[in-house]
Amino acid sequence: MITLLETPQYGNPVINIAVFALFVAATLAVVITVSRQKTKASDFYTGGAKFSGRQNGLAITGDYLSAAAFLGVTGAIAIYGYDGLLYSVGFFVALLIALYLVAEPMRNTGKYTMADVLSFRMSQKPVRTAAATSTLVISFVYLLAQMAGAGGLVALLLGVSDRNMQSLVIGLVGVLMIVYVLIGGMKGTTWVQMIKAVLLVSGAAVMTFLVLMGNGFNLDGLALAAQQAALDATTGTGKDLLEPMGRYGATDWTKLSFLSLSLALIAGPSGLPHVLMRFYTVPTAKEARKSAVWAIVLVGVFFLFTLVLGLGAAKLVGQQTILAAPGGANSAAPLLALNLGGEIFMGVISGVAFATILAVVAGLTITASASFAHDVYNSILKDGKADPAQEVRVARYTSIVVGVLAILGGIAANGQNIAFLISLAFAVAASANLPSILYTLYWKRFNTRGSVWSIYTGLISAVVLIVFSPAISGSKTSMMGEGVNFAWFPLDNPALVSVPLAFLAGWVGTVTSRERGDEEFALEMEVRSMTGAGAGEAISH
Amino acid sequence: MSQGRTVDPLDSVDSRAVFVAVSKTPEFRELRSSFRRFAFPMTIAGLTSYFVYVVLSIYAVDFMASPFLGMVGLNTGIMLGLFQFVVVWVWTAIYVNYANRKLDPLAASIKAHIVNEGAA
Repeated sequence: MITLLETPQYGNPVINIAVFALFVAATLAVVITVSRQKTKASDFYTGGAKFSGRQNGLAITGDYLSAAAFLGVTGAIAIYGYDGLLYSVGFFVALLIALYLVAEPMRNTGKYTMADVLSFRMSQKPVRTAAATSTLVISFVYLLAQMAGAGGLVALLLGVSDRNMQSLVIGLVGVLMIVYVLIGGMKGTTWVQMIKAVLLVSGAAVMTFLVLMGNGFNLDGLALAAQQAALDATTGTGKDLLEPMGRYGATDWTKLSFLSLSLALIAGPSGLPHVLMRFYTVPTAKEARKSAVWAIVLVGVFFLFTLVLGLGAAKLVGQQTILAAPGGANSAAPLLALNLGGEIFMGVISGVAFATILAVVAGLTITASASFAHDVYNSILKDGKADPAQEVRVARYTSIVVGVLAILGGIAANGQNIAFLISLAFAVAASANLPSILYTLYWKRFNTRGSVWSIYTGLISAVVLIVFSPAISGSKTSMMGEGVNFAWFPLDNPALVSVPLAFLAGWVGTVTSRERGDEEFALEMEVRSMTGAGAGEAISH
Repeated sequence: MSQGRTVDPLDSVDSRAVFVAVSKTPEFRELRSSFRRFAFPMTIAGLTSYFVYVVLSIYAVDFMASPFLGMVGLNTGIMLGLFQFVVVWVWTAIYVNYANRKLDPLAASIKAHIVNEGAA
């Protein structure tokens, strides 16, 4: 059979692979070096809690800026313009909640996992079970999205269009991730995140500089030129790039869906377990504050870069070329790099994008394993009496299981519409975790039943509503296609309903319970969270 | 509570009574209300700014697509979006300044008191 439409090949796959291999070799060397002097059990989870605020801020930036943030946001701005910016702003403003309400009290009251804080003054088992369940669900869904995304990225970056070869690459990513986690623990993973954050932000900075230079450093002019290119029917989609609602404005329901997504975007990140866990890798609340500040500066600058890159890609590469490339909108950033600096530059940027996936999945794996070993194995199954060394052994085995599941899930989900996986992870984090975290920290009366009800209501309502949403069935862009239709919930994103429901359930559960909560425990927690007393900081020995 | 990250002097004593007593002191109440009176309104204000921008983007498309001070490319909506970045950075600076100047000294003196009591 003769195929008339050949998949276009961009850049040089050999260079892309070489850059990626270089990153893997360099980071593995770092991971092995920093994990030499590992002694205590807690080091596997928190890297010994010895990272400085700046180092940890870089690592948070790394965790925060997944491939979705780099390739996805740049692509969204290139194709949808204004609406892509809307998305990145929401994801950025979310850090305000982390800084003002969550980071420091989390650091002061917890040790390893989110469940430590949620169960601090509650009945241990039910709350830990609930918190561990939502942690595992969120981490796994997020992991799946990253792994599936890796498949699509491979098609573009390494010139691998054969599905079996793509599966092989997904497997390779999974194996590398397990190796990082097993050898390096949290310390090694944190270093990988830091290196990747520096590479990603500086790579984006260089590209931004080149785009702006080509335009006389006139952002207004760049926006206009991108708009012109988009309106031109030979290069673009014919839509106005600078007008809101190009992507989300089709009907009243899609507009409301976007409002729902915005809520998930700002409330979700402070409930993402792998971001929360980052506040335990520093010694004091003050360092936790510094990490949040570093992350806010870097993530903000990065999203400003993506605005320039998206507009630059629309102008220089052209929307039709981007959409026709393997990987679609996700290919905007690598194609822009090719346009700006040739094959080697594209290789570097592609290698960085790939490294991003690798680093984020390693962070997710360690979060999931820590939660399973610390919350489920030790606290629930062994009544908190497990030997710390045994607990870490369980965490290591778990990371292998998580890695294998992620590989299989990633292969199965390869090529699927993964946007809903990301929005599901955010919606679950926003509804299952954040209400319970805020109540626990700031409402003394909040008790075990309130916490359990809030977590499960948020978790179940978010999952159920998304299953019956147009993201899964009944629309052209849905996962099952237009033919299958069992959608009765009109919004793509459930947060607008599930977040208020979780807050309500937390309140109803609390006030209907006879349990008054342990008043003394609540007071102790409040003093600890506000002052950091007893958080075991910086006592040299 | 055996699995400490580092040595915690409070693990070795019956510390709850100390914490409960501290929670009722005027110093702690001042710290608590200084934090809440500052952090809650600031968070709400920052999020309000964001939701105003989102709702205008959804329901006031023509206004957001209108030129901003003569700039047709960087229109009202894009400038309002960029303004959110400014809000987050300014809010961050305010937080750090307030925490360093007002909250940290209060927390440090309470903490010193707790450690003394706990170790006694």
